[in-house]
Amino acid sequence: MADIRPSGYSKHRKKQTYTRRLGTRASPLQMLMSERVGGMLALLLVIAVLPLVLANNYQYDVAITIGINAIVVIGLNLLIGYAGQISLGHAGFFALGAYASAILTSRYGLHGALAMPLGALGVGLLAYIMARPILRLSGHYLAMATLGVGVIINIVISREAWLTGGPDGMYVPAMEVWGVELYGGQIWYWIVAAFLVLAIWISLNVIDSPVGRALRGLHGAEVAAEVAGVDTTRYKVMVFVLSAVMASVAGSLAAHFSEFVTPEKASFFHSILFVTMVVFGGMASTFGALVGAAVLTVLPQLLADFASYEHMILGLIMMTVMIFMPRGLVPTLSGLARRRGARR
Amino acid sequence: MFKRMTKGLLAATVAVFALGGTAPAVAQDDPIRIGSFLAVTGPASFLGDPELKTLEMYIARINGAGGLVGRQLELIHYDTGGDANKARTFAKRLLEEDEVDVILGGSTTGTTMAVIPLVERAEIPFISFAGGVVIIDPVKPWVFKTPHTDRMACGKIFEDMQARGISNVGLISGTGGFGKSMRAQCLEVAPEYDIEIVADETYAPSDTDMVAQLTKIKNTEGLEAVVNPGFGQGPAIVTKNFAQLGFEVPLYQSHGVASKKFIELAGEAAEGVRLPAAALLVAEKLPMDDLQRPIVMGYMTTYEAEYGAGSVSTFGGHAYDGLMMYKAAVEAAGSADPAAVREALEGISGFIGTAGEVNMSADDHLGLDLSAFRMLEIQGGDWTLVE
Repeated sequence: MADIRPSGYSKHRKKQTYTRRLGTRASPLQMLMSERVGGMLALLLVIAVLPLVLANNYQYDVAITIGINAIVVIGLNLLIGYAGQISLGHAGFFALGAYASAILTSRYGLHGALAMPLGALGVGLLAYIMARPILRLSGHYLAMATLGVGVIINIVISREAWLTGGPDGMYVPAMEVWGVELYGGQIWYWIVAAFLVLAIWISLNVIDSPVGRALRGLHGAEVAAEVAGVDTTRYKVMVFVLSAVMASVAGSLAAHFSEFVTPEKASFFHSILFVTMVVFGGMASTFGALVGAAVLTVLPQLLADFASYEHMILGLIMMTVMIFMPRGLVPTLSGLARRRGARR
Repeated sequence: MFKRMTKGLLAATVAVFALGGTAPAVAQDDPIRIGSFLAVTGPASFLGDPELKTLEMYIARINGAGGLVGRQLELIHYDTGGDANKARTFAKRLLEEDEVDVILGGSTTGTTMAVIPLVERAEIPFISFAGGVVIIDPVKPWVFKTPHTDRMACGKIFEDMQARGISNVGLISGTGGFGKSMRAQCLEVAPEYDIEIVADETYAPSDTDMVAQLTKIKNTEGLEAVVNPGFGQGPAIVTKNFAQLGFEVPLYQSHGVASKKFIELAGEAAEGVRLPAAALLVAEKLPMDDLQRPIVMGYMTTYEAEYGAGSVSTFGGHAYDGLMMYKAAVEAAGSADPAAVREALEGISGFIGTAGEVNMSADDHLGLDLSAFRMLEIQGGDWTLVE
């Protein structure tokens, strides 16, 4: 488990970052190149330009799926990449959000805009109650515990058919806002884009806040962080709850967008997929999480034409990336770019 | 860091352009595009694999014979792995990007249900190969299906019981998706056949011993027969335990175990067990004047010539029925126009497929009746038809 974690906290490294930050204050151009300002601007630009090249509803569908996955992965990245805690159960929270929206709107007639925060609140509470005992574990034990939670959620959803529709899933009524039915790629594209920008904004701010520094501290050396006066349990719980809530919101979005939910949303493989997106894009990098979600959502679509060779090619690409870019796509590529820039 | 973003942008643009195909204009000489999404890999691959093979094989044969209404057929297939979310995205792709004229597919009820809202909005005919009765009940204008339902299996079993004068029945069902759904259907239709469920036990799909539940059923007052809705290895264990406990009443299994594998697993204990199954299973034993005989024999010999003896399954038969029904509808409509084909599909009557005789109507998009099932009894390690 240890070797998939990124290099942790060290005074030396921190100082470097700090001087780089100081440097960025010096000129507006460099500020534009920072992750918070420049990255955000670039993201907004991509979001604004993308509809010009999206030709039909299917392509919108892929873009929206990227956005929904990215929201989960960005939250999970805070937990895995920054706090150094692994979770193999996030698909469970995602599914809980999705089913909360599905059940509250279809069976209790609640409005979707109300069901989503209610679901998120419920998931947040559940995550909070679970976090304390679970986050006392570490390494394999933590992975096992979160995996167990995900599996239990999956079983409950498949078994309680009177409420959830069982293994065959259930329909979610289309959301209506001021009498307009929210249906179609364009509308959902902008809704998901707004949530994605919000998620990234939250993530970047958390990382650059005292909380973020505390997280990196506990990731590097929990004991040292505790000695330095960091309440490690509190921060771990906090980020666990935050990432669970983000997964729940993404689940609600997915439910309303696809108008259909199945227990597969809570499956173990779905959890693994989220973790893979974090690792593939690059741990401890918010934009890495976004890129990981984008690549691993688009690739299977591109490779679908190869039919039975699809899995082979996908596996090959993933292996190549993990062997030659063990830190993940974005950190490796940006590291390369920075080194080349320095040489110039 | 600018570079990082430009690189990201570039990658995104490339990906988007790679995704975007050019939409072809539909001309009369263009092939009829048949879209399909099946669970060829994953836990439901035993359904999707024969279905895809059947579609590929018969589309090639139709093309070889000059195509449909003068046009060739083109199959566009995506593998869902049984995942409903994937099915949904692929269906969108079939409808929006590949601009198919029809969708044949959906190996499981979950993947089919996920796609229904899309085809209903796109107004493209959709023939599903999945079992669940929810697919066509309530009727959706553009959705049809080929396999018989659990409800019909229950009906067939109860019909046979009525003929034997049985009315007090014990149920022992698996708690997997199949067993659970069929148990619910059996409970619902039982009163229609004057059947009373006197015992109702369940077991988990991975259980290895059902003696406890069966003992409880055996001690039920007035028990006259036992029904076991289930799938996989569970029913084989129930059958073995049933024989060990020395029941004096008949045991009915479901169509879920209608494969040679079940007889192998249950061995001697399977003797005398009855179950409803599709005609395909007993193709060679059907009487010569049976309407279904030429169809199922033809499908079986064609499939086995390609993929080896004993490879045929009823699941591939569902795909065969779907394709042939579409063919009949296009020929009746004289074109592949979605609305006309939908009308023609609804008007299908007297169509003989591997599942039975199909008579569709505006309020029945399955069109099969109980005669679609044959009641079989296991004798001497093989299926025999019960008359």
